Amino acid sequence: MTAVLSVDGLETSFPVGSRRVAVVDGVSFQVAAGEVLALVGESGCGKSVTALSTLRLIPKPGHIDRGTISLNGRNLLELSVGDMRRVRGREAAMIFQEPMTSLNPVQTVGSQVAEAIRLHERTSAGDARRRSIELFDRVRIPDPDVRFDSFPHEMSGGLKQRVMIAMALALHPKLLIADEPTTALDVTIQAQILELLRELQREFDTAILLITHDLGVVNELADRIAVMYAGRIVEEGTREEILTHARHPYTRGLLRSIPSLARRGQRLEEIAGVVPPPRDWPAGCRFCTRCSEVLPRCESELPDARNFSSTHSARCFAIPESAS
Amino acid sequence: MFAYIVRRSAYGAVVVMGVLAILFALFFLYASPQEIALRAVGEKAPQEVIDQWIENHGYNRPLDELLVDHYRRMLTFDFGRSDADDTPIIDRLREGAGPSLSLTLPLFVLGLVLGIGLSLFVAYFRGTYIDTAGVVLAVLGMSVSVLLYIIGGQFLIGKLLRWFPISGFDPSPDLILRFLALPILIATAEGLGGSLRFYRTVFIEETSRDYVRTARAKGCGDGRIMARHVLRNAMIPILTRVVVAIPFLFTGSLLLESFFGIPGLGSLMVDAIQGNDFATLRVMVFIGSLLFIFAQIATDVSYTLVDPRVRLE
Repeated sequence: MTAVLSVDGLETSFPVGSRRVAVVDGVSFQVAAGEVLALVGESGCGKSVTALSTLRLIPKPGHIDRGTISLNGRNLLELSVGDMRRVRGREAAMIFQEPMTSLNPVQTVGSQVAEAIRLHERTSAGDARRRSIELFDRVRIPDPDVRFDSFPHEMSGGLKQRVMIAMALALHPKLLIADEPTTALDVTIQAQILELLRELQREFDTAILLITHDLGVVNELADRIAVMYAGRIVEEGTREEILTHARHPYTRGLLRSIPSLARRGQRLEEIAGVVPPPRDWPAGCRFCTRCSEVLPRCESELPDARNFSSTHSARCFAIPESAS
Repeated sequence: MFAYIVRRSAYGAVVVMGVLAILFALFFLYASPQEIALRAVGEKAPQEVIDQWIENHGYNRPLDELLVDHYRRMLTFDFGRSDADDTPIIDRLREGAGPSLSLTLPLFVLGLVLGIGLSLFVAYFRGTYIDTAGVVLAVLGMSVSVLLYIIGGQFLIGKLLRWFPISGFDPSPDLILRFLALPILIATAEGLGGSLRFYRTVFIEETSRDYVRTARAKGCGDGRIMARHVLRNAMIPILTRVVVAIPFLFTGSLLLESFFGIPGLGSLMVDAIQGNDFATLRVMVFIGSLLFIFAQIATDVSYTLVDPRVRLE
């Protein structure tokens, strides 16, 4: 499988006080066509910044300092502003966490989808409208021709997220970045949206980079999982490898903190503390301040990735040798 | 929406009645008919002339009768004659409206276009030295008194550079621009700082919204985002500021007209204040308050045109 998206050594920094701190620090991953890679982590671990960096949508004063982002073999960081604009929406699209505020409140939802089409293709307004209505139908918005002329405030959150999906998939992009696509929705709506994403992804063979903190969503949708902590990927593997054979103490901590029926009646575990703010990140393994298996060298040395299979790797000194 | 307009108009009517009452009270507490007459016929006029003037103008009637007459006249738009020179007030209004509008209208349009255009430009370059320079200049511009703009402008452009006449007015088509250029230039420069700061804040707030990120993610360019997405969403604060300024187009500018000798409605009002000309002054205040109330209703109605979420009930 060739990678649609290949990110290598990505470093994105924001100013903190008088210096710049890399909130995404040397992140590398690949997503192949038809594959869903879930980027998982707590709030503040840098997963959204990674997602926005991928399409060069980092708001100022943030800046991508290092790395390559290649989409279908082209390094996006070397493209001109105009070429990058032609990539966004056509080759790679994005949907966001907040369907409530992500649509322009004073334009009809249909015109916003039609705009996405007409930004990239020379076509008539009538044709763009017809295709938008087809897309609405495709993402199962009821009465698509009526809904075309609705305003965002006249729709529910679930419908708005469907509009966002229709907009993102309008030009059949090779890559879809979904930043917490279901977080703001009711549980029943969440399931419908995930189902829809899964279905469209199979139909168009889209590569999906799924950003989420919800391991339930990961279990539904992901083929592979990359776990992020404090700006770095600490463990990566297939869904089974991560969900059932996690190696990194952080990943195992995350998994233990999910409520499950099997451990009914027991106290739910948590990882003590919170992700430290970027300016307080330790020099070595960044999880060392919260890790229960911390070794002396963890504080000063950055562990290399250790492979446990061709797909499974983790960065940790504390994993026993015999396990690998 | 119709019910809303009717209700707001009813409130407005109450306000206008109050304005008329306050006008009446203020004027008759401030100046007696004797004083008004003195101003009109001259300080040294014999008592018979003064008494005659008071009688002609009906100011010798009891207060309650005057009050009823005051309301009747205003509410039927029967404005009567000036206390100062006996000319029909409606004629003075007609004469003054032209010069006033020829000053305020270009000023309004120019201020709007420049203010919004420059703010979009500065907001587009937010965080760069262009933005910083714009804000510093705007604050500097706002901090200088309007009187300094006028006097300094008259001195520099009118006296030293001799580009335009320092003051005066001529309504003939080939001369009017020469006379209006200086006040328009000065007043536009004076107002730009405040509007730049205001519109810039509005635009920058809008550009940080989620829908702007969505537009960028689908491949919108910055220019298109500003023109198609941000401007339209920024219309509510813009309209709030702009529509209420429209009545002042008609009432003219007190300061500019008196400094530049423009015979408009602003001058008319200044003269009326200085000459104890109650008859003229009350008309100006009455019309001003009517227009202001109308503009406030118009502002609310205009919201429904730019924002589908606004419903007037």
